[in-house]
Amino acid sequence: MRDGLGKVSILVWKDLLTEVRTKDLFGGMFIFAVLTIITFNFAFDLSGANRAASGAGAMWVAFNFAGFLGLGRSIALERDRGSLDGLLLCPVDRGTIFMGKFIGNLLFISLVEVISVPIFGALFNLNVFQPALFLVLLLGTVGFAAIGTLLAVMAASTRSREVMLPVLMFPILLPVVIASVRATTLILTDQTRDLAPWLNLLGAYDVLFLAISYLVFERVVEE
Amino acid sequence: MKGKRGDWVSNLGLVLGVLTGITLAVGLYLGLVYAPMDAIQGNAQRIFYIHVPMAWVAFLAFFVVFVAGVMYLWKRDLIWDQVARSSAEIGLVFTTLVLITGSFWGRPIWGTWWTWDARLTTTLLLWFIFLGYFMLRAYAGERSRAATFSAVIGIIGFFDVPIIYLSVDWWRTLHPQAVISVTGASMPGQMVVALMVCLLGFTLLYGYLMVQKLGIERAKDQLIDYQYALSEREAEGVIAV
Repeated sequence: MRDGLGKVSILVWKDLLTEVRTKDLFGGMFIFAVLTIITFNFAFDLSGANRAASGAGAMWVAFNFAGFLGLGRSIALERDRGSLDGLLLCPVDRGTIFMGKFIGNLLFISLVEVISVPIFGALFNLNVFQPALFLVLLLGTVGFAAIGTLLAVMAASTRSREVMLPVLMFPILLPVVIASVRATTLILTDQTRDLAPWLNLLGAYDVLFLAISYLVFERVVEE
Repeated sequence: MKGKRGDWVSNLGLVLGVLTGITLAVGLYLGLVYAPMDAIQGNAQRIFYIHVPMAWVAFLAFFVVFVAGVMYLWKRDLIWDQVARSSAEIGLVFTTLVLITGSFWGRPIWGTWWTWDARLTTTLLLWFIFLGYFMLRAYAGERSRAATFSAVIGIIGFFDVPIIYLSVDWWRTLHPQAVISVTGASMPGQMVVALMVCLLGFTLLYGYLMVQKLGIERAKDQLIDYQYALSEREAEGVIAV
């Protein structure tokens, strides 16, 4: 088990190091997320009384879009440089590779979220510094990254990969979007006592889809 | 040996086809004539006799896709992929029909073609998941890749659909179970008989379509194998020259 963790952390370290050197992922995702939130300001009225409700939706749509971008890019980088084949030749099992890529994606998307959330709060005058909100962000992002890591690998080996990922992922991801938006709205409007069912739903989704992705990753990555 | 197997399959197809035709004709008669008119909904309620069986066939088809997907990932036998993709196509067609017939019913009864109720939204998303399934197949290129990827989507879809239902249900409980309890609780015996016959008819139809579709998919794969063998022969011939 210690050995497995060590291998996973080496894989994550590799992704972080690549990112620090190339800066391929973070900048684009971050700017895209903020621009999406700003565009939503013109699509909906985000200054009125129900800005918490529409703001939560805008924020999650922005994060999901940025996440699609990041997932697609991160696997495209692996493929274009031929490093995915290198990874597959490593003497580690496929589940370990999945966990490495999953944690890498989770870290990048979370980083984008952690930096954009205060900006979001400032732009729309909402109190975002609440521990519960960060729990929801974490749970929502785990689900997103779990299913996203698997589907991105699949989409990357098809033609029209950029189109394929969102088309596959949007309907499957809907429970996460609904639960995250609802939970975020409840937090931003101080109704935290109704939070439990949504957190449970997110948690159950995360566990189930992490397990499925972990199990089938081996078959998918060998194609 | 092969010819015998082919005969057996085409006989099964024929028997299923005849049984489907008879049962559906009887079901149609029962639904349109024998069953009484609904006191509240009028004749619009009669779409129920095809709408519900179609939904049943769609879910049955996707369950078969799930089982075949698991079997394919486990055994790596192409037959399971042939079963999965045949069933997925039937499921997608019937999901489309369910959405359309539901809309036709919703217009006079609810006063709207569409509402974001849990059952409707879940069905729509199921439709999109399997649309993605076929897009993925079309873009996957290699046969074994298409089979593996679509098996994964079939499995994920199967687990995801109940969660989608739950989340949409919690999100907006606009049209609660009234839809079912109106017809379900106080349904006269004739209506139950008509529904049951239609359910049987549509299940037979699924079996018939599966036999036909599976035959086509097997032939397609055989053709690919022959083409591949042929091109290999040609390549050998070129080398010999």
